[in-house]
Amino acid sequence: MNRKIAPAIKDAVEFDIKLKPYEKFTLDNGIPVYVIKNDEQDTLQLELVFPAGSWYEQENMVAAATNFLMKNGSSQHSALEINESIEYYGAYLNRNSYHENATYTLHCLTRHAENLLPLLQEVIQDPAFSAEELAIYQQNMKQRLAVNLQKCDFVANRYIDRYLFGEFHPYGRVSSMEAYDALQPESLRAFYYKHYTYSNCKIFVAGHLPENMPDLLNRCFGSTRWNDGGHLLRPELPIQTADERKYRIFNDENGVQGAVRVARHFPNRYHPDFPKMMVLNTILGGYFGSRLMSNIREEKGYTYGIHSQLYNFRQVSALNIHTEAGRDVCEATIEEIYKELLRLQNEPVPAEELSLVRNYMIGSILGDLDGAFHVIQRWKSLILNDLDENYFHNNINVIKTITAEELQHLAKQYLSPAEFYELVVI
Amino acid sequence: MIHYNKFTLDNGLRVVVHEDHTTPMAVVNVLYDVGARDEDPERTGFAHLFEHLMFGGSINIPDYDEPLQMAGGENNAFTTNDLTNYYIQLPAENIETAFWLESDRMLSLAFGEKSLDVQRKVVCEEFKEHYINKPYGDVWHKMRELAYSTHPYRWMTIGKELSHIETASLQDVQAFFFKYYRPVNAILVVGGNVTTAQVKVLAEKWFGDIPSGEKYVRRLPLEPAQTAPHKLEVKANVPLDALYKCYHIYPRLDKRYYAADLISDILGGGSSSRLHQTLVKEKKLFSNIECYHFGSIDAGLLTIEGKLVKGVKMKDAEKAVQEELNKLQQTVIPERELQKVKNRVESMLAFEDMSLLNRANNLAFYELLGDASLMNTEFDNYEAVTTANIHEEAGIIFNENNSNTIYYYADNHL
Repeated sequence: MNRKIAPAIKDAVEFDIKLKPYEKFTLDNGIPVYVIKNDEQDTLQLELVFPAGSWYEQENMVAAATNFLMKNGSSQHSALEINESIEYYGAYLNRNSYHENATYTLHCLTRHAENLLPLLQEVIQDPAFSAEELAIYQQNMKQRLAVNLQKCDFVANRYIDRYLFGEFHPYGRVSSMEAYDALQPESLRAFYYKHYTYSNCKIFVAGHLPENMPDLLNRCFGSTRWNDGGHLLRPELPIQTADERKYRIFNDENGVQGAVRVARHFPNRYHPDFPKMMVLNTILGGYFGSRLMSNIREEKGYTYGIHSQLYNFRQVSALNIHTEAGRDVCEATIEEIYKELLRLQNEPVPAEELSLVRNYMIGSILGDLDGAFHVIQRWKSLILNDLDENYFHNNINVIKTITAEELQHLAKQYLSPAEFYELVVI
Repeated sequence: MIHYNKFTLDNGLRVVVHEDHTTPMAVVNVLYDVGARDEDPERTGFAHLFEHLMFGGSINIPDYDEPLQMAGGENNAFTTNDLTNYYIQLPAENIETAFWLESDRMLSLAFGEKSLDVQRKVVCEEFKEHYINKPYGDVWHKMRELAYSTHPYRWMTIGKELSHIETASLQDVQAFFFKYYRPVNAILVVGGNVTTAQVKVLAEKWFGDIPSGEKYVRRLPLEPAQTAPHKLEVKANVPLDALYKCYHIYPRLDKRYYAADLISDILGGGSSSRLHQTLVKEKKLFSNIECYHFGSIDAGLLTIEGKLVKGVKMKDAEKAVQEELNKLQQTVIPERELQKVKNRVESMLAFEDMSLLNRANNLAFYELLGDASLMNTEFDNYEAVTTANIHEEAGIIFNENNSNTIYYYADNHL
């Protein structure tokens, strides 16, 4: 045995990745339910999704506050009574509000589903939005914001999104003390009735379903036209980008690190360049062996970590390179970032590196598709973006077949340093 | 019920195999029985720095990450006060690549000066990012020193100070490696779409010829029972006052550990927990309050931590926390409340076990505790706890003389 020689491997292109198809049924009132079953497990995940993200709000923070406070008391029960009942069954009920959608997700042992669904129904269909709960929320969120505003990375994330999308656009708008202060129970209630309706609802279920799941869901969510609100129109909201490209901000005079952001716009996921850019982004800063990590962490030791990411926003995407680096080396870090962008423009990616990145990405997707909860996440992302499995398989195909020439062409088109916003927050 | 098979190589390496043929993936997890508690008090942070160096190339393989990524794999590692754990996840067809990589760095690192140079800097940036450049980032540094007089839980895994990391030498690195990173001090867990027979062959082939090394026998100074309350006032440039209270609890293998763990859930687990309900929702003294512990192997700390609502006085906030603790000492909790926290643990364990990686991590951890089979009886330990146990342990744990309190004041004139 020669330890210097690597064992033979099966190459990524040989892996046949299949997205397990979902089952679908429709509740009596028309709500679609998408299902990935796995009866070998004892657990269940049930997610309700509504187009109720910040895209749809008229006043800042209303979408997030509505989503949060639905769980804090109904006309029948206090927040404590609801939480105690859910937690008694060892269940977790999480809520999240994003740019486009807002969700409620229940995780529980399958045998408790029957007891939990009526509670979930109450949370979704009968929230009270009491003034007292809102006041506690406002106070606590303002305190949390005060703490976060001392963190350079938090502050940098706010600024870079504002430069890219404009402070009035939902992608660039940020929380503020004033916005929290301005929240009113009436505006939350109005937002709730308009967006959390049966006609806007999609349900995603994964894991081990109780046998009577369709009946149970019908009883709780399918038997009436709850919050009947008519069809929701998605407003068109133009982005407003900043003119100035370079920013240096002092948030803490004594800070020992700076948050560095280098970012630019990129077309959304419907553009043919998007899946190609996922590969180029991985090479640049999307995994541990990336160009940025190798150079700026593993070669120079300027940072604990540096990454680039492609936003998954619906209207328009962005490529964002982000790191926290030593205060004295922030400028040097930016210089190295630009060197790496130029290198991708000027030199084709070597065959070995491209092959490695293909294999890494395919292996990573294979790992991500492991288990019903993960598979339903993939489907959810496709369905909510009006896509199907062809999109998924096309992306896999791009990873397997994109050439070094195409990547260099893409780099020339999108990685010119002059087109990036740059920001350091110390 | 997690199924597994277990065998030991001649050099002392313990191997646990967990077959799961529902996944196309495999996990290879290597746990070394060394953590920050084993460090020299003058060279703290070393176990963690060492974890970084494990990625700097081994004796026969100049680059660890590249071949793994080529095989479609991902990896990471973590260091705690108790142990150091490395793991790889990759398509099961390529599992031999993981054996090749892990065995070579167990055989010997490359010990390059360049890797040490760079990783010293990287770890210093990690230190700054998490513990210096964040509001309240230094609190665990201070709390550990306040709560422990003797036991090496006195310092954090990242280390006491930057200088300990900055002065680490290549000699230190080599000595550390050959003392702790030997087969006899390691546990290998292989999980996923593999067979035990296959793992036996691969383990023999790649790990079988690594010199066994000397079994590390841990002799840590015992923490004496605390006999008086410890208090510390801190002023820092933070926006809100914060209160931290820590109480010594029990070692991981002590039966009383489970009552202490459930007490942390009664106080801080979820939105219906006592501290959140009373102090955030009803009395509105805190904007958030939590109760937790780290599950450490030696006796750890039950921690209550909260940020005060602006304008609330520290002594009023502390008094209200104390009242909640007194209630647990004075009144036996309702059966339903105990059942609630047990149900919470049951479902938490079920969700943890869903991930192959978690199962492999946990099998290694329980094997380190004494036997991988402990993983399958863990919930029974919680089931056995009674309301009387909770009452009794609350009486002991929340004794004032067992308390360590940090009053963390916002000083905006700094």
